Amino acid sequence: MNWEVIGIWLGAVLTLMLYSFLYRDNPFYKFAEHLFVGMSAAYWVIYSIYNVLKPNFWDELTGAGDGTPDYLMIIPGVFGLFMLARLIPRIAGLSRLALAMIVGTGAGLSLVSTLQTNCLSQIEGTIVPLTGSGTMGFINNLIIVVGVVCGLVYFFFSKPHDGITGKAAGAGITVLMVAFGASFGYTVMARVSLLIGQAQFLLFDWLPTMGINL
Amino acid sequence: MRKLLEKLDKVDRRIIYLLMALSVFLPLALRLNYPIPVGSGPSRDLFDTIDSLPAGSVVLMSYDYDPSTMPELQPMAVALTQHLFSRGHRILAMAFWPQGASLSQEALTAVGDSLGAVQYRDWVNLGYTVGAGVSIVRMGSSIRAVYPQDRDGTPCDSIPMLRHVQNLRDIDLVICLSAGDPGIHAWVMMAHDRFGVPVGGGCTAVSAPEFYTYLGTGQMVGLLGGLKGAADYETMVREGRENTPAGLATPGMAAQSIAHLVIMGFIVIGNITYLILHRRGRGEAR
Repeated sequence: MNWEVIGIWLGAVLTLMLYSFLYRDNPFYKFAEHLFVGMSAAYWVIYSIYNVLKPNFWDELTGAGDGTPDYLMIIPGVFGLFMLARLIPRIAGLSRLALAMIVGTGAGLSLVSTLQTNCLSQIEGTIVPLTGSGTMGFINNLIIVVGVVCGLVYFFFSKPHDGITGKAAGAGITVLMVAFGASFGYTVMARVSLLIGQAQFLLFDWLPTMGINL
Repeated sequence: MRKLLEKLDKVDRRIIYLLMALSVFLPLALRLNYPIPVGSGPSRDLFDTIDSLPAGSVVLMSYDYDPSTMPELQPMAVALTQHLFSRGHRILAMAFWPQGASLSQEALTAVGDSLGAVQYRDWVNLGYTVGAGVSIVRMGSSIRAVYPQDRDGTPCDSIPMLRHVQNLRDIDLVICLSAGDPGIHAWVMMAHDRFGVPVGGGCTAVSAPEFYTYLGTGQMVGLLGGLKGAADYETMVREGRENTPAGLATPGMAAQSIAHLVIMGFIVIGNITYLILHRRGRGEAR
């Protein structure tokens, strides 16, 4: 039995079932959708046990990796069990301790880094000289400076948007619209790319199994 | 004219779907080939950065995606792997997305076998780990603390390629192929900004605009955005090597271009129809 061909057929039939929704909702689509949800849930449970829980907790605790049991792992183990306490209303409050630890660690780790990476560095990137780098460099830098300043003016609400402020805010919203348009264009490109990937699978992987070579 | 406009205004969405499907399937079936000019830009910057590294450099590739974004990111993985091996660089592969570890193995073995790259000498697949930012910070002091063994269970201490690779500072370049979070954000934040390791990457087209800001500030050395970025890279890898196969992304660019033309046509027709009918509607109301 050729398992590869069976896999290709399974993928192709399920793809067509899902695309059938474009015509209208139907039992084939529902079947494929439910199958996907069920399979995903099962896959993630198994994957989490064998790739997260076992190597990062159980093997460390029992010393299965390097032969030295690490009993400190009992602490995160207990916090992990606290998360499951949400399932029992009487002790559900315990899960807050685990969540507090996750939130605290996450915030502590990323607060300074996020500020540096996504705020300070970006501000630094907009403080650019208007001279140098030739004509195109000048135009690019001018667009950055004017675009950022006008964009910020649009979000300055303590002064009515009239006169010069209104014109700057108008320029700011124009810049924002251009950015949203570019972002949407990329989104369209991404969705078409996914369709192309699936079309390539159907045309060049599935059809040849029926002897149709394009 | 008015009847035609009204018909267009109320066109069944399934006709639009059908035209979109045809615009994608026909160019692929007919194997249309469109030229892909690659000028200066983020794709070229990443290519040049890899080209400028001395042979034998260790490049860490993080495969942070899963099969749902394979059409965009797997061609990048294959093209980058081809380029890295052909320049004599070594690849340290890892993943913050579980299925990324399997997809990286696929690319490394396929390209490695064709170019004579040997596991543990030219490439190592460390596999999947959790934690993203936390793990990167820990890798800054010790990669073995996060990965005591590789994906196949071989202890890192016994892998020849890793003999002189202790932490992130021993890495010459990080390339993250990212479909979302965790991905490029974490690598830029921790590996570049905290440890000063150059970071490049590839991402889905949806997320490309948010990462362009990192290019302007020098926080990233280059970026491949979506299928176009992958096709750019395939084209650059093939420059001067005409015998190299076309890759996975390049054949899709004709379909992509035609589909975009169809969408632009829909937008123009939709707006003209709306404007004319709307104006007439307002005129009649008066």
